[in-house]
Amino acid sequence: MANIAKPVYDSANRASPALAELREIKNYRYLLGQLIRRDILTRYKRSFLGVAWTMLNPLGTMLILSIVFSNLFNAVQPYPVYILSGLIVWNFFSQSTNAAISGLVWGGGMLTRIYIPPTIFGVSAIGTALVNLLLSIVPLILVMLVTGAVIPWTIVFLPVSILIVTGFALGFGLIISSLAVFFPDVSEMYQIVLTAWMYLTPIIYPETIIPENWLAFYRLNPMYWMVKMFRLPIFDGRIPTWAELWPALVWSVLTLVIGWLFFTSKTDEYAYRV
Amino acid sequence: MSELNAPRAEIVAEPIILLDDVSVHYRIPSERIGSIKEYAIRVLQRKVKYRKFSALNKVSLTVNRGEVFGIIGNNGAGKSTMLKVISKVLRPNQGCVRVWGKIAPLLELGAGFHPELSGRENIFLNGALLGYGKHEMESVFDEIVEFSELGNFIEAPIRTYSSGMSARLGFAVATAHIPEILILDEILSVGDEAFQKKSRDRLQNFQKQGATVIMVSHGLDSMIAMCDRLVWLDHGSVRMIGEPVEVVAAYRGENL
Repeated sequence: MANIAKPVYDSANRASPALAELREIKNYRYLLGQLIRRDILTRYKRSFLGVAWTMLNPLGTMLILSIVFSNLFNAVQPYPVYILSGLIVWNFFSQSTNAAISGLVWGGGMLTRIYIPPTIFGVSAIGTALVNLLLSIVPLILVMLVTGAVIPWTIVFLPVSILIVTGFALGFGLIISSLAVFFPDVSEMYQIVLTAWMYLTPIIYPETIIPENWLAFYRLNPMYWMVKMFRLPIFDGRIPTWAELWPALVWSVLTLVIGWLFFTSKTDEYAYRV
Repeated sequence: MSELNAPRAEIVAEPIILLDDVSVHYRIPSERIGSIKEYAIRVLQRKVKYRKFSALNKVSLTVNRGEVFGIIGNNGAGKSTMLKVISKVLRPNQGCVRVWGKIAPLLELGAGFHPELSGRENIFLNGALLGYGKHEMESVFDEIVEFSELGNFIEAPIRTYSSGMSARLGFAVATAHIPEILILDEILSVGDEAFQKKSRDRLQNFQKQGATVIMVSHGLDSMIAMCDRLVWLDHGSVRMIGEPVEVVAAYRGENL
């Protein structure tokens, strides 16, 4: 063949799929924005209150939990702020990983017809959940004002916490959505796992009720560290110490790297799975 | 690139798509394995059995720049698989595919539309799925609305459209830009007769502008009329490549 020019596409050119995928996400950043926009706009499209539900939803859950548990855990004051500060991170994690699964299942139909970088569904799921997370900080601040809690200056640490938990949720979402494509049972099973996981994480109960000899066990749970790192600057009014921060950071980076490598090692197979 | 002052004959001979010894196998599990537990047990017992199905078998061919290249063959001959291999959807198990240009896939019309979003919002979403950017879509937006003949409906949610309307919109989005390579899979029958003529005119205009077209259709007569060359695929292998009239005659001779 006399064609010396470099081809736009060459199936034999197999540079690292993990790096190639990063480049494709950059090329498809407009699609990323469009998918996030679609998911936020269409979720409440027909409802009267629309996006306000993103804020009302955690408020409602917090209200119920406060009424049910405030007597039990009345040592934790103000209890609504305690719950809400943990619930917001938890919702972010469970929503984004679930959206990664349903996004890839929907996208699977697309992937058999046209080329789209498959990680885009996991990344856009995180994007949507991030918007919801930012929106749900509004009711958190409202509740703090209403319950008379002081809004501590340490709240400026939140962007760091959000960044760390984003890495963890993205990596985990990529792994779980990839598994769910190959084994449909995974997405059903994951709902049960999520419920158990939530109760194993100190979200609605204070850490102080955990028996001393179980504490080592609790610390193996990455979400324990994510919730702690998010809650300390809001509820306790202090920046996490290095000892409280590094486990979250390590979980985040490790999960993200492993998730990205695992998911992209299978990129060629998604289109073969009809 | 000396395309501008090169004589026409030379442009035609420039390959834009090259398939070299391409094979695609689907691995079909001979039994359904639905759960991880089952899968793990089978892997341990080395009992995961697959039937290998060759959708394409050692296919080699070249498509030249500016050509209208048709693919014919019976159902299951590998026509759609070939389009997928060219458009980067499937990576071949063997051999290699090289493409020297940007490919505009024609998404099954309306796939990817969201019923709750308006026509306007769906134009941008669909364009993004096809790989276009914001400015690329903004520059062709008015033209898409005009071509799809939607008028005021453009602000209404797609769920209120008739199937003809959303197919017209899908066609208009997918063909809004003049592509280097256009892939067509049996979609020349969109909308009423007037719209069909309009879409045929648009595709012919692409050809005049130098776009390369790869098409699949069961309408053999229209393939003869539109294509410069045809390939006949049979059970994943190339039976014949050449002049449309001759290839169709040979194909008909065997199948009728």
